[in-house]
Order: sequence, then structure tokens, then C-alpha cells
Amino acid sequence: MTTTPVKFYQVGSFAVGNRLLTEEERSGQSNPDRANALTSGHRACQGCGEALGARYALDAAMRAANDQIIAVNATGCLEVFSTPYPESSWRIAWLHSLFGNAPAVATGVAAALKAQGRTDIRVVGQGGDGATVDIGFGALSGMFERNDDVLYICYDNEAYMNTGVQRSGATPPAARTATTQAVGEEPGNTFGQGKFLPRIAMAHEIPYVATATIADLRDLEAKVTRAMEFRGARYLHVLVPCPLGWGSASCDTIKIARLATQSGLFPVFEAVNGEVVASTKIRHKVDVEEYLKLQSRYAHLFSPTRREDVISHLRRMADKNIARYELMGE
Amino acid sequence: MLRQVEGSKAIADVVAACKPQVICAYPISPQTHIVEGLSQLVKNGTLTGCEFINVESEFSAMSVAIGSSATGARTYTATASQGLLYMVEAVYNASGLGLPIVMTVANRAIGAPINIWNDHSDSMSQRDSGWIQLYAENNQEATDLHIQAFRIAEEMSLPVMVCMDGFILTHAYEQVDIPEEPEVSKFLKPFVPRQVLDPAEPVSIGAMVGPETFLEVKYLAHQRMIDSLETIQEVGVEFESQFGRDSGGLLKSYKCDGAETIIIALGSIIGTLKDLVDEMQVQGHSIGLVGLTSFRPFPFDQLRQAVTGAKRVVVLEKALSTGVGGIVTADVRTSLRGTQIKDFTLIAGLGGRSITMKSLKEYVLRAMNDSVAELTFLDLDVNIVESELAKERALR
Repeated sequence: MTTTPVKFYQVGSFAVGNRLLTEEERSGQSNPDRANALTSGHRACQGCGEALGARYALDAAMRAANDQIIAVNATGCLEVFSTPYPESSWRIAWLHSLFGNAPAVATGVAAALKAQGRTDIRVVGQGGDGATVDIGFGALSGMFERNDDVLYICYDNEAYMNTGVQRSGATPPAARTATTQAVGEEPGNTFGQGKFLPRIAMAHEIPYVATATIADLRDLEAKVTRAMEFRGARYLHVLVPCPLGWGSASCDTIKIARLATQSGLFPVFEAVNGEVVASTKIRHKVDVEEYLKLQSRYAHLFSPTRREDVISHLRRMADKNIARYELMGE
Repeated sequence: MLRQVEGSKAIADVVAACKPQVICAYPISPQTHIVEGLSQLVKNGTLTGCEFINVESEFSAMSVAIGSSATGARTYTATASQGLLYMVEAVYNASGLGLPIVMTVANRAIGAPINIWNDHSDSMSQRDSGWIQLYAENNQEATDLHIQAFRIAEEMSLPVMVCMDGFILTHAYEQVDIPEEPEVSKFLKPFVPRQVLDPAEPVSIGAMVGPETFLEVKYLAHQRMIDSLETIQEVGVEFESQFGRDSGGLLKSYKCDGAETIIIALGSIIGTLKDLVDEMQVQGHSIGLVGLTSFRPFPFDQLRQAVTGAKRVVVLEKALSTGVGGIVTADVRTSLRGTQIKDFTLIAGLGGRSITMKSLKEYVLRAMNDSVAELTFLDLDVNIVESELAKERALR
């Protein structure tokens, strides 16, 4: 018997209407009874990738933990736009302490729950890339090394957006920020610097490390769900484009996240106990230029003169990711 | 039961008797023996229901404590010196969030130059951090103050630092009566947090507060601190009625009746000063002593009452406000405003410099005639500093 698989991608997008899926495969986001960790009315910018990523991630965590969630938030956009006193967009138990200590605070919450015998309650730590890869890195590494029972989620928008778009350790090469200006012989951020935290997390051999983007929200949900099946330290790194900092149109946030994965610049994969176990294959390979051109933080690579050398360098980085994480299909 | 123990061991045992649910630790001298003792008590099953977390920095130690306390667990940590400074951002955060964390500070100097010995520079630097600060005279008092600290912290929803002199107390073997867990549990009520992270009743803790409300939040913290003056006294009285020892309260007067000169001090030097007062009174001198237990909140009214009738006070300080002088003196002056009482500051014991009876007595005899400067550095080697200053000034 031959069957014809349903072709979801007729229009060249990965969008899948819920009605095409079976009940159990449908996104929880379409359910009016969904968890709703982060409600509407917050003050994020139009087209904010972080707000979208945080909502999907935490809703998925709530579903996985039967709503028994405590979240610890680092200082940053997510914290500021969600909790300007006396308002709060959080419908979960939520604690913000400082910029650089969210992983350690999450450890404290987990320790208290363990001492109280309430291990049914799960702990999620979250922060932006500055809080995660820079100022909170020591605390994060300590949390990993002790294998504390915390899922830590980094919403990576590749710079300090809350303070006005300054470079972080996660800012990619050649990107213009307020502190890596597009001037001089090597405009934008320097090549050969920066760090990709998922690999550092893997080096701690924690139970689960994964990357995701807001271009594939079902994948993000699935990874949160998977992460919640483990106990111990888990790390999820989510690429969340920032229209303000990246100089992109608000309506292009999801498109840019998709181009990041389809160009190979941002690898989407899963690792268990320090080993990569799966990667998401590129469906429609695009050149890095398609990704770069939508963002004014890379405008200096195209005008006044085209910087083929820099673009090629970025292309080689994408190719390296494609080889390392086996991002091309069979 | 009286036991001959090291101060740190006494603190470890009494903290264990207070049944904390989370302890976080990072090593720094001279505090290490305390958390070593606690790690053993957790591991060998003496202290049950407690998570002992070895963190990677003091900043994380206080941060773990913040998360734990906000989740409703009785939480303890200990630090000193550079470690206290490394956690400062989280120290302020803990008080701002109103978390009743108890922390021992094994008082030690701050570098540079690096120095592991005792003075009060570390905790004094946290004067305005919003923590209650209690200073112990000896290891019995340090032991008793830890029990009271948990009670005060949890009643006021404020963090408490119990300050005990590094090495002088932490490493000294003394006879200490360490109350057992049942007695301590009777004294400490079950911890009911003011607000708590609980999925059943979710709250957002740590919101961003703008100019329209920030002042009110800070005023409330100020008022809560002032209200704790009464709580500290009440808890001290209650402690005495249950345990038979007067080891809390705001301050203690020692032979101040009719004294013309009263020394004011904090911490272990009070023991030496009591001997000095005894000796000098026998010799016919009019001298008394006030030991401050509570530095934050500062007992302005109680101090003024304690020194009423004196002609002068001498504030002995183990810390220095560089370029100014005394730190405690500033508060003593506020206490004495409107009186005719003169004040003198004696900076002594910095970086572990010995404070000898001989030097103290020489200074006090001169102070009793008002023939000392407002600010004196005890046993300062004048030759060295003057020749060094001359060289430096010539080069400017």
C-alpha cells in the first residue's frame, strides 16, 4: 500500500496549522486553557523575540511540571518589561534578584524545595545572553558543575539590549553594537572572540543541553518538555532576534531566526550527558547574506563598499557549524 | 552543658541547633571552621533536613541564600573580609527583598595590603546595607546571638549579621554552653515567611520599582530597622528568661554609674576593657564602659541614657573611615547631640594589631584630662609614617 505524506511546506514556510495535526500533536498555545506563564500587556518592543521565546518555553515547562514551577529571572529586558511595579505579567511564582546571580538563586530555590520535600515543584532559571555568558557565567558554571536540579534558559539576542545594545560575549563577529562600532579596518565586533555557551555547558557533562530558536516554536516546546524529563542541571539556549538591537523590521523577527538556522550560522541540536545526540537539519539552505541583509547591524558589510572578505569569513563559520553538527540532511 | 570548644565549633553546633534548611558555604579565613563544622554535621546526620551547598564564590553564596530564603527555607551562611565584599551586591539585595537570612561575619581586615587578621572593616563597610548587625563580646555571646538572630530575622523579615572577631573569637577555645536543639526549637518559632515563592499562590518578587514608589519602599525598610530596636530588646529579654543569660539586647553598660569617662566599644575588646575599668576604678579613676551589641539599628536613645552624667566618651573603633576617622563615632555624636559630653575616637587593632592594656591605660589616663586629640591611632609608629609622608610630599 502506498501513502502520500501530508505536505506541510507547500508555501515554503514551516508554519503548520494546528488543524492539520492530530489533537495530541497540536500546540498548547492554541488551547484557551493553556498555561499562560507570561500574559499579554507587558512592555516588550514590537516583534520582541525574547518575549515570544519566554512565553513558549515557560508554558511548556508548566505543562511538563503540572503547573508546579518557580522561575528565577536575571536582570535584563525580560525582567524589566514584565515587572514594572505594581504590574506583573507573570502568572507563575517568579523571583528577580540581580543581573549576575540567577543560576545561583535558582540553586537556592531548588535546595529549599529539596529540604522541604517539595521536589514536585520544578525550578527554571532564565536570563539574556549578557546575564548568562558574561556576568552570570561563574554562577552558571557552578550550578552546572554541582548538577543542581535547575533548567536554565538563555534567551540569546546577542548583545546587551536592555542597556542600549552593547557587545556581549555572545555578540557575533562583524556585528555592530554601541560598543563595537562599524568603523575602522575591522568594523563591528572582532573575529575570534565570543563564546558559544551550549558547548561550554556540554563540557560540564550535564544531563541535557539544547539549542532552539523562535522560528521553530514546536521544537522549542519539545526541547523544554524533554529537558523537564531530566533531573539535574539542564541548559537551553534560545536564539531570539531583537528588532531594536539587530536593526530589523519587527515583522521579520521569526524570519530572521529561521534564516539564522537555514544559513548554518545558528546550529539547532540536542546533547545528552555532553554528547550531541540530534541536530535539526537545514531544509532550505540559504546563504549567510540573506540573513545578514535584513539586519542593519551588518549594513556596513554591504555599503558603502561590499566587504566580501568579512561575508566570506562569516560563511566559513556557518559551514563549520554545518559540518560540526551535521546540519545538512542525507 | 559547658563545653571547652573552639568558637567556630560552638557556632557550627548552635547554628545546627537552629535547624537551618539550607546552608551555603565558600571558604575564607577566618570563617572556614564554622562551615567545615556544619558540613560535617549535615553529612553525619546530626543536622537533618538541611541542604549544604558548596558554591563557587561568596557572590553565589549570598545568591543561593536569597533563592532559598525566598522559597521559605531557614537559611544560613558565613563569610569574612574580602568574601563579604565580594557578595556585597547580593547583601543589599537580600535586605531589599526582606529575606531573613542569618550570616556570621568572622571579622577580618580588608586588603590591600592583604591581611587575614581581625578588625571590623568588613562588617562596618556594610553599615548601610540594611542588615541588622550584632557584635559578640565572647564566644558564649556569639553562640547565644545566633539563636536570637534567627528569631529577630524571622520576626522582622530582615537579614541579620552576627559579627564575631576573627581568630580572637573564632579560633579561641573557651567554655561555652551550647543550647541543645529542643530548647532552641522552643525559643525559635516555626519560620513563617512574609512572602514566599509558591506555585499554589504565585507572586512576583523583585519587581522593578520606579521613582514614584522607590522612596516609600526605602522608608519602610528604614522604619522596619528602627522597629527592630524593640524586637532585639524583647528577644534578648525572652532569651534571658529561657536560658538564664543576658547575652542580647542593644548595649550593655559596665560600671558606668557616676563615671566621668565612658569608653564605648564593640566586640571582643570589651573583655580587655572590662579588666581595664576594674583596675582603674580600684585605683580611684572615674571610668565606665558601654559595649554596643547592636550597631545596626543604632540604639541612639539607649546610648544617650547609658552615658548620661559622663563628661566625655571615648569610642574605640576597629575600623577606619579613611580621611575621616571613626565610623561608630559619627553615630555616637548623633546620640549625644545637645549634650555637653565630649567625644574622642581611638582607632585600634587594625589588621590584628594587638591592643594592650598598657597602651590603652596610657591613652585613657590622658583622655581623662581631655589631653588627647579628637582622633588617635593607638600605638602608631610616628617615626615611620612621618618620614614616609615627608618623602611622598616632596615628590608631589
